[in-house]
Amino acid sequence: MKIHEYQGKEIFRKYGVPVPKGVAVKTAAEARAAAETLIAETGIPVVVVKSQVHAGGRGKGKVYKGGEVVARGVEVVVKGGPDAAADAASRMLGGNLVTIQTGAEGTTVHTAFVEQGIAIARELYLGMLLDRDSRRVVVMASVEGGMDIEKVAEETPEKILKEYIDPVTGLQGFHARKLGFALGLTKEQVGKFAVLLSGLYKMFVAEDCSLVEVNPLIVTDKGDVMALDAKVNFDDNADFRHKDWEALRDLAEENPTETAAKAAGLSYVALDGNIGCLVNGAGLAMATMDIIAHCGGEPANFLDVGGGATEEAVTRAFELILQSPAVKGIFVNIFGGIMKCDVIAAGVINATRKLGLKVPLVVRLEGTNVELGRKMLAESGLAITPASTMLDGAEKITGLVKAAS
Amino acid sequence: MSILVDRNTRLVVQGITGKSGSFHAKQMIAYGTQVAAGVTPGAGGTKFEGEVPVFNTVHDAVKNAGVNASVIFVPPPGAADAILEAADAGVELIVCITEGVPVMDMLKVRRALEHKLNNGVRLVGPNCPGVITPGQCKIGIMPGHIHKVGPIGVVSRSGTLTYEAVGQLSAINVGQSTCVGIGGDPVNGTDFIDVLKLFNEDPQTEGVIMIGEIGGGAEERAAEWVKANMKKPVAGFIAGTTAPPGKRMGHAGAVISGGKGKASDKIAAFEEAGIRVAPSPAQMAETLMAMMKKG
Repeated sequence: MKIHEYQGKEIFRKYGVPVPKGVAVKTAAEARAAAETLIAETGIPVVVVKSQVHAGGRGKGKVYKGGEVVARGVEVVVKGGPDAAADAASRMLGGNLVTIQTGAEGTTVHTAFVEQGIAIARELYLGMLLDRDSRRVVVMASVEGGMDIEKVAEETPEKILKEYIDPVTGLQGFHARKLGFALGLTKEQVGKFAVLLSGLYKMFVAEDCSLVEVNPLIVTDKGDVMALDAKVNFDDNADFRHKDWEALRDLAEENPTETAAKAAGLSYVALDGNIGCLVNGAGLAMATMDIIAHCGGEPANFLDVGGGATEEAVTRAFELILQSPAVKGIFVNIFGGIMKCDVIAAGVINATRKLGLKVPLVVRLEGTNVELGRKMLAESGLAITPASTMLDGAEKITGLVKAAS
Repeated sequence: MSILVDRNTRLVVQGITGKSGSFHAKQMIAYGTQVAAGVTPGAGGTKFEGEVPVFNTVHDAVKNAGVNASVIFVPPPGAADAILEAADAGVELIVCITEGVPVMDMLKVRRALEHKLNNGVRLVGPNCPGVITPGQCKIGIMPGHIHKVGPIGVVSRSGTLTYEAVGQLSAINVGQSTCVGIGGDPVNGTDFIDVLKLFNEDPQTEGVIMIGEIGGGAEERAAEWVKANMKKPVAGFIAGTTAPPGKRMGHAGAVISGGKGKASDKIAAFEEAGIRVAPSPAQMAETLMAMMKKG
């Protein structure tokens, strides 16, 4: 699960990670009021207005309205104070932000974050993530702050410093000292960096993060060390012990079908193709997408109804697939296993009747009572094409969709 | 021979009175697995299905029922606790079926069990279908009836895709020595290499199907190990060639992040190591059979 920068910084503050003062706003009037307050409190006339979307690359992104570029993803308001901040926010809000991570279609800006201006002496990079190979949380730091860190990792991997943290003892002072001095920080700055890093690690563990990125981490002209950005991802598996996450969710940032699938206990990912897939099990669901592509088709989605597919899950899954107007055919690929194929066949038949299917449907069933299941499909009087193997099914649905278009 | 489990395995089911625990305990008993005990805190002294003694703790099950393997159906909030309890009680093989265990819990579990895991104790999973030695012992949720006794080892990160491979083998009358689902989570107990080592030394196993998927680097490491050490033919498949980057594909571990964990890299690593990659997931068995006929 992803959250916005302003939400991430709120959590940073809770764990003693220094961040600039800022206020999240939904309107230009709120932006004006926020800028007035920030300028009065800090005595700094400069504020920064930042679009709040989950995608990265906002700094270099452009905000479009009616096909015209109206704002940058992040604007520094040097002159003009609260009025200029309100103007920046009014251009950003409701606009479509396109960054390297959003794709050409972009994403709508619903919230802006107005922050105090900071005089920056140095920009660094700091990240924490779960390294599955070493089974440790790894802390990464680099002097290449404010850059695309994946590019840095690829081109100059030696510029990324790494420390692996033992979960028993947690982050120690030496980790911070090693990184801090290697980043070229002064003795005083290393002390401040150690406090920040220790807070960030505590947060990472306690809040079940899967990724925390601070890009840039800055040293101010006064020698303070501060997080100027906050990218925070949570481990969805841990949601049972974080009831507060629900309030942090931004449904506008999610694909509505994926949200509905999650609520129904299904795992769904929207893709660009036109063949809807309904499969039990994540690995088989991915393999089904692959075999459709292998046969020259294009999958419209990943959909896992769970290893033990039930009739209700199958019906709900059909509804979700059919919500997409792009779907020109459906391939059901179920390895029944312990679930009986006749039960699944009944689910497919009921869902088809209920929803009045208008696109070709190919069904491949395997497992217990497979003969009975196939017989039920054949005798249902519905336009269901049976398949004997997953390759047979993929070939059939690809052929049917091509023939229909 | 076989690996990990056989007819002498004595199993305790942790969470035996829960919905899936009780359902699958019955399925395992029906398959012929020696389900010697169940554990449900507070239900100690009762009997499951009038036969299997239920204990309050895994320690009691080890002491009184002589169990040496455990299967865990405990929901995610208690799964890490259940794994650590089984290890503490001296159980040698711990199979965790539970899906949805927080990664942070698994980091701590792996670290806490480091010494034991280096000294003979084995944790399979979490988020896996389990382990089956056809005709002898089924520990987990896989459909037993699709398996046949035979010479092929199967190791996989995915459940139903394992069934698919087994179904393909059994359909051409080729049986399996043991099938191991290592699970779809980013941090798990048993890796491909752990299982490949066992298959390499197992006289019953003559060839192996290894099924990977996007995310992480386990397949690449396994390929390196195969190239250097494996004496038997290995055929493989990698799921997720068409998966978009940055999206979690069902399994917590199945995600391409920061350009790492792509199917194309894993397929290249397999091929480089002499692991023949099935052109489609419908051809896993035939790909291995073609290798074995030539060899």
